[in-house]
Amino acid sequence: MSLVNFTTREITCKIVYYGPGRSGKTTNLHYIYGRVPESRRGRMVSLATQTDRTLFFDFLPIDLGQISGFTTRFQLYTVPGQVYYNATRRLVLQGADGVVFVADSQARQLDENLESLQNLQANLLEHGVDIRGLPVVMQYNKQDLPRELILQLLELDDALNFRGVPSFPADALHGNGVFETLKAITELVLRRLAQGAPA
Amino acid sequence: MTTQLNPKFTFETFVVGAANRLAVTAARTVAESPGSAYNPLFIYSGSGLGKTHLLMAIGASAKRLAPGLNVEYLTLDEWVEAFHAAIAAGQGDAFRRRFQTVDVLLVDDVQFLTNRREMQTELLRLSEALQTAGRQIVLTSDRPPAEIAALDERLISRFSGGLVVDIGMPDYETRVAILRRKAEERGAEFPPGVLETVAAAEFANVRELMGVLNRLVAYSAVNEAPLTSESTQALLGLEQRTAATSGKSADGSSERIVSPDEFAAFLTDVTATVGKAVEAWRARIAEAILRWEGEGYRTRRLESLLEQETPVAPDEEIANFAKDVERLRALEAEVQQFDPQAAGQSVFRDPERLAEAEEAASRVRAGAAPPPAPSPALPFSTFAVGASNQLAVNVAREVLEEPGRRYNPLVLIGKSGVGKSHLLNALGLELAQHPGSIVACLSTQTFIDELIIAIDGNRMEWWRARYRRATALLLDDIHLLGGKDRTQEELFNLFNLFQDLERQLVFTSPAHPKTLPGIEQRIVSRLEGGLVVELVEPDRDVRRSVIRRTLWAQDVPEDPALIDYLADRPVDSVRSLAGLLQRVVSAAAGQDVPVSAGLAREVLEGGTAAERRRTVGFRTSGIVVSSAGGVRSREKVVWDWAAPSDRLIEDLR
Repeated sequence: MSLVNFTTREITCKIVYYGPGRSGKTTNLHYIYGRVPESRRGRMVSLATQTDRTLFFDFLPIDLGQISGFTTRFQLYTVPGQVYYNATRRLVLQGADGVVFVADSQARQLDENLESLQNLQANLLEHGVDIRGLPVVMQYNKQDLPRELILQLLELDDALNFRGVPSFPADALHGNGVFETLKAITELVLRRLAQGAPA
Repeated sequence: MTTQLNPKFTFETFVVGAANRLAVTAARTVAESPGSAYNPLFIYSGSGLGKTHLLMAIGASAKRLAPGLNVEYLTLDEWVEAFHAAIAAGQGDAFRRRFQTVDVLLVDDVQFLTNRREMQTELLRLSEALQTAGRQIVLTSDRPPAEIAALDERLISRFSGGLVVDIGMPDYETRVAILRRKAEERGAEFPPGVLETVAAAEFANVRELMGVLNRLVAYSAVNEAPLTSESTQALLGLEQRTAATSGKSADGSSERIVSPDEFAAFLTDVTATVGKAVEAWRARIAEAILRWEGEGYRTRRLESLLEQETPVAPDEEIANFAKDVERLRALEAEVQQFDPQAAGQSVFRDPERLAEAEEAASRVRAGAAPPPAPSPALPFSTFAVGASNQLAVNVAREVLEEPGRRYNPLVLIGKSGVGKSHLLNALGLELAQHPGSIVACLSTQTFIDELIIAIDGNRMEWWRARYRRATALLLDDIHLLGGKDRTQEELFNLFNLFQDLERQLVFTSPAHPKTLPGIEQRIVSRLEGGLVVELVEPDRDVRRSVIRRTLWAQDVPEDPALIDYLADRPVDSVRSLAGLLQRVVSAAAGQDVPVSAGLAREVLEGGTAAERRRTVGFRTSGIVVSSAGGVRSREKVVWDWAAPSDRLIEDLR
């Protein structure tokens, strides 16, 4: 994983949006896509089924241009949420610099969230990555749903965020919390680079 | 008149971020070593960004590090007011004097100097006086010196001559940090996201930010429902600040009001983070430059690193630089000892010229001969002790036990040839036994001659340093100082230095210091301030042991009758006794007969005028010149001459 290349003066970050099916990972990317000027974004690749479920993955490259003399690029990926696409998830996860875990705030989805979280941990371990050392942020999506359907932030934090990583309420459909989440994960990733990435 | 420093305004409570790091570093440096780094330090920034906080922090920190410092903080207006009041009361001079003794002067808001010519002149005068005396001035303003309207050019150049730094608007992270810290100080807790929301809003300065925090604290005190990010926005009317563009989200709805360019904001944040990450080395180098430059070292080597695109082990470079500076410091300190003038050379301030500095130091080292040492030919062991010099010897022994403490200075007085010089040198030799000691032992004449050469060669500092290094100064024949005003001046300074440092001073003089002509009273009184001890004409014991030793040294068999006869001869000094002996031994050698009492009587009493006691005059240890003129020490002159027959042949050729 070469995050910062001082020779070619490039910074490339791979950020993966992870989470259970229908939690809103692709919606996050869509919103971001809509906000990034055309000159800055690559083609968003989306392999979806006819019912708009991500079959393979979404890929959104963002070119932030020259920052402090470094060509900075972010690559945003989503994984397919459904349980039976685990091989794809594992593949996408390879070489990730940071993970956004998009949780579904609905109370009835709590188990799916937990299962996906465990799956994330297991898949990272397959790549020899300890989740405790990887930049991760939580996004509690669908906060726009009626209160009686969703869990409150504190409850979600209690249930899912046992590592105390930064967490954000979001309504990806309308864009609330999307950039906050992205900002948080990029910051974590970049800060990690400052601490001891290969120079 | 002077405002008290606000105890809350310290470096510890100042939140440091990229926008103010330089100013804080400079301020800390100034507080740690006032007057030596950036003088004056001029801090400017928009209102409410921490100038006053930083200014007071300098004062508080300087005061804490050195409680004895006289630290004054005041705003320019206060100063002007006080000045006018002082003038009105006819106390203008007292007012000026009062400020000239301030060690750290902190003046806030100097932009109000605009159109106050009289105060500008006053400040110019004050800053000149303070800077000359090595006292620190720190000024703040809301704009750089050059932009203060109608400001005297001389003030501008003076301000700019130190360090001018600005404090920028803190970045988002710093704003969050400030809000968190202030909230914590007030014991207020806010749900996550609230303070971040406030920080994200574009307030013009930190003071405004504090105002907002106050509102939040007040609001949460009266409302039960916890604040959320949204309610905060509503409370603070932040919606109006952000242009209302409808969020064009996936489903096309427009319920959300978003900032005009979320991506641009994101990009700005990322830029800051990336900057910090990949450019952290630049900040470290900049800090190092600031630090070393402040201490007066050339930092060209570090500056050239900043010009590079990619860092080549910057930390290593900084460490190397620091190491070189350390070496330069050591060299400079060493050279300082030998030759303070040479120590001031710029080569000792430029790590790039370390090799040159090493060379210069070794040159100085080689040139710095130690001051003249005592003569090894006059040790204590050959000094004959008797009742006539017992006191002096005892005193000398006591001096050796505690050099510099017990009798300082020690002045040995006595007529010529009684052993003053011998005792002086013997003392010097013993003192030199102490590890690390450098004993300067020389005749006053040599001291004067050296000084003249030093003045001639413009090497006074070198000369002084040479003697200042000495741990003991022993001067023979101090009466020769008479009329040598410059030498007395130099000796006076050395005298004081040696006494302050408890280093031993020993002098010899033919008479009591107060009877010596041409010696300044201040030196006489200092000489009398120690112990003046007299060596008198050698007693019989001394004479006997001198005779015995001299004869033994000449391989003359010991003859009690001879020794008794010689010891009973009337002599006024050891030296004339040695002269008598020498005459007898030479005569014996010339007549090829053994040395005996009879021969001695024949040689010494056969002469006529030979035994006339010479009149006593002040003399040095060499040939005797009496105050009446002419050479009177016949013992020294006559007996070395060759036989008359040999001389005649020589002349005839």
